[in-house]
Amino acid sequence: MKKLLTGTALALAATSGMALADGHGTTACLITKTDTNPFFVKMKEGATAKAEELGITLKTFAGQVDGDHETQVAAIETCILDGASGILITASDTSSIVSSVQQARDAGLLVIALDTPLNPIDAADATFATDNFLAGELIGQWAAASLGDAAADAKIAMLDLAVSQPTVGVLRDQGFLTGFGIDVKDPSRWGDEDDPRIVGNDVTQGNEEGGRRAMENLLAVDPEINVVYTINEPAAAGAYEALRAIGRENDVLIVSVDGGCPGVQNVADGVIGATSQQYPLLMASLGVEAIAQFAADGTVPAPTEGKDFTDTGVALVTATPVDGVDSIDVAEGMELCWG
Amino acid sequence: MAETDSYETAINRTDRVAEFEDTRRGFVGTVQHVLHTNPALVPLIVLVLSILTFGVLQGSRFFSPFALTLILQQVQIVGIVAAAQSLVILTAGIDLSVGAIAVISSVVMGQFTFRYGLPVEVAVACGLALGTAIGYLNGWLVAVMKLPPFIVTLGMWQIVLAANFLYSANETIRSQEIEANAPLLQFLGTTFKVGADESGRGGATFTYGVIFMVLLVLVLAYALRHTAWGRHVYAVGDDPEAAQLSGVNVKRTLISVYALAGLICAFAGWALIGRIGSVSPTSGQLLNIESITAVVIGGISLFGGRGSILGTFFGALIVGVFTLGLRLMGADAQWTYLLIGVLIIAAVAVDQWIRKVAA
Repeated sequence: MKKLLTGTALALAATSGMALADGHGTTACLITKTDTNPFFVKMKEGATAKAEELGITLKTFAGQVDGDHETQVAAIETCILDGASGILITASDTSSIVSSVQQARDAGLLVIALDTPLNPIDAADATFATDNFLAGELIGQWAAASLGDAAADAKIAMLDLAVSQPTVGVLRDQGFLTGFGIDVKDPSRWGDEDDPRIVGNDVTQGNEEGGRRAMENLLAVDPEINVVYTINEPAAAGAYEALRAIGRENDVLIVSVDGGCPGVQNVADGVIGATSQQYPLLMASLGVEAIAQFAADGTVPAPTEGKDFTDTGVALVTATPVDGVDSIDVAEGMELCWG
Repeated sequence: MAETDSYETAINRTDRVAEFEDTRRGFVGTVQHVLHTNPALVPLIVLVLSILTFGVLQGSRFFSPFALTLILQQVQIVGIVAAAQSLVILTAGIDLSVGAIAVISSVVMGQFTFRYGLPVEVAVACGLALGTAIGYLNGWLVAVMKLPPFIVTLGMWQIVLAANFLYSANETIRSQEIEANAPLLQFLGTTFKVGADESGRGGATFTYGVIFMVLLVLVLAYALRHTAWGRHVYAVGDDPEAAQLSGVNVKRTLISVYALAGLICAFAGWALIGRIGSVSPTSGQLLNIESITAVVIGGISLFGGRGSILGTFFGALIVGVFTLGLRLMGADAQWTYLLIGVLIIAAVAVDQWIRKVAA
């Protein structure tokens, strides 16, 4: 935890964990999309540790699968009934959850969206999240700088999350293209770009099988692809298998976002060129602190300056740093990784 | 006169006693009859037509050995699982736990090797045994406890999936570690090419997993058609009471089908490791739905007792052809799902129409 805090340069003044010893009797809820994804496991870990430290009760809920909206609504209702002071939620359905969140806020609870902003973002009292656009921008800049002059005639495959274009996927995608120096047209959706360097977009569902299939499909469109953007590291690992099957694994640059431990290890092994690392444990522990603070004196956390959410930081992890793009090395990435 | 009553004379008799009139059928009736006797024909025709259509629209980009064998690679997991699903559906059952069995088997193969340091051959055998055991349990609950297959496998799906996440802690075993320490786990992903250029591009690409899928389908097709066990599977699916009365051991047949389905799913789990390189507890979530889709498009009746496993194979390929073909045309991925939905309903409609033919 200390390493995590020192490892990421963050403006945490607003929510610094001061003496909140009178937290006894306070209850906080953590509602995640699933409790199987290591990202949310880490989140739960961070929240549990911080709750113990502050002496508040933490109740955790999770949907059964990603997209399980009903369970999350039931969880919010349970928390209201329970007299909790606040709710931390990573919403499965960012629009539909808004009415339930409003119910909780009307009942006097502090609602903080973790990782995934609600739609609209101000439906929650605060949002603690990774700047996904920045995460994409970092790998875009890194890829362009690594290619040098060859960036002008790169052939790029875009391996996105899902056809429904969830915000997190759009932000990373559009961030990457912006970082690479490509006109994104409408920044609220991917796929409308007309730059000839983009071979195509395909969806991966964020897992290995989807990553491999999408990569194969795009290679069938153009076998000369030499830059691959991936929504997350499992998708990147799948894309790598597809490239390996045709013997092109060494002449293609793969970039990704997440910073999970297997992903960072893949950076070390040269499977992934660079990945933007995010910090779920920090999101959750900051969230618990904010609820404790709110229970003590009613303070609502303020967003990071210039953004409409509280940025919990992102760092580029790569074994081959380039000029002009800040990055951390693999060893540091391994210390900070999750899952 | 006593002579004509003997068995030999009756069997060797050449004069006609009675037969079905087969003259006033007409063209539509003939088509209906042919389709009825060859249930795999409809999906085969659809498959050939869809390949031709995309071939005309896309030219050599689609109609190349590389793209066509790529489809085989992309459908191999679904194809193997759908073979297992076909067996169960032929007995008028359904297996919703197929995907979960495949995934937990792959996780066991991986974790037994890496967590407990067992020899990889033993770990693979354990994974295959676990799959068979889960299938056997499904079969026992269906055949002996007389519980509906839908309910049994709905429950088993949840149990196995939860056990999978609890046991694996959702840890992925990376491709590079497997390659270095236990390459046998990726055996079914081994690739070989026919007719590639010097740089290894293009050409027909096969994996052992694809070969396994094709062999599995052929062996099952033979067994279902030409062995007593296979005929029993059809008989049980058509009418279990009649089968029982004619001496088929219905319970044993059902249990053997579910156990075999479990084993085949475990092989699918092994092939899955070869396909994605790593052992990932979150993969294969939609395999049950995808396998049922392939079975239905392949023309196997959900009411049991009718259909061919070759049809399932063609059904899986049709889905693969549409997926790749539409992606190459740059269509939104939603169109694929929409068209597959249309195919499912069309397949069942055709099935109903064929049923109307007098048997």
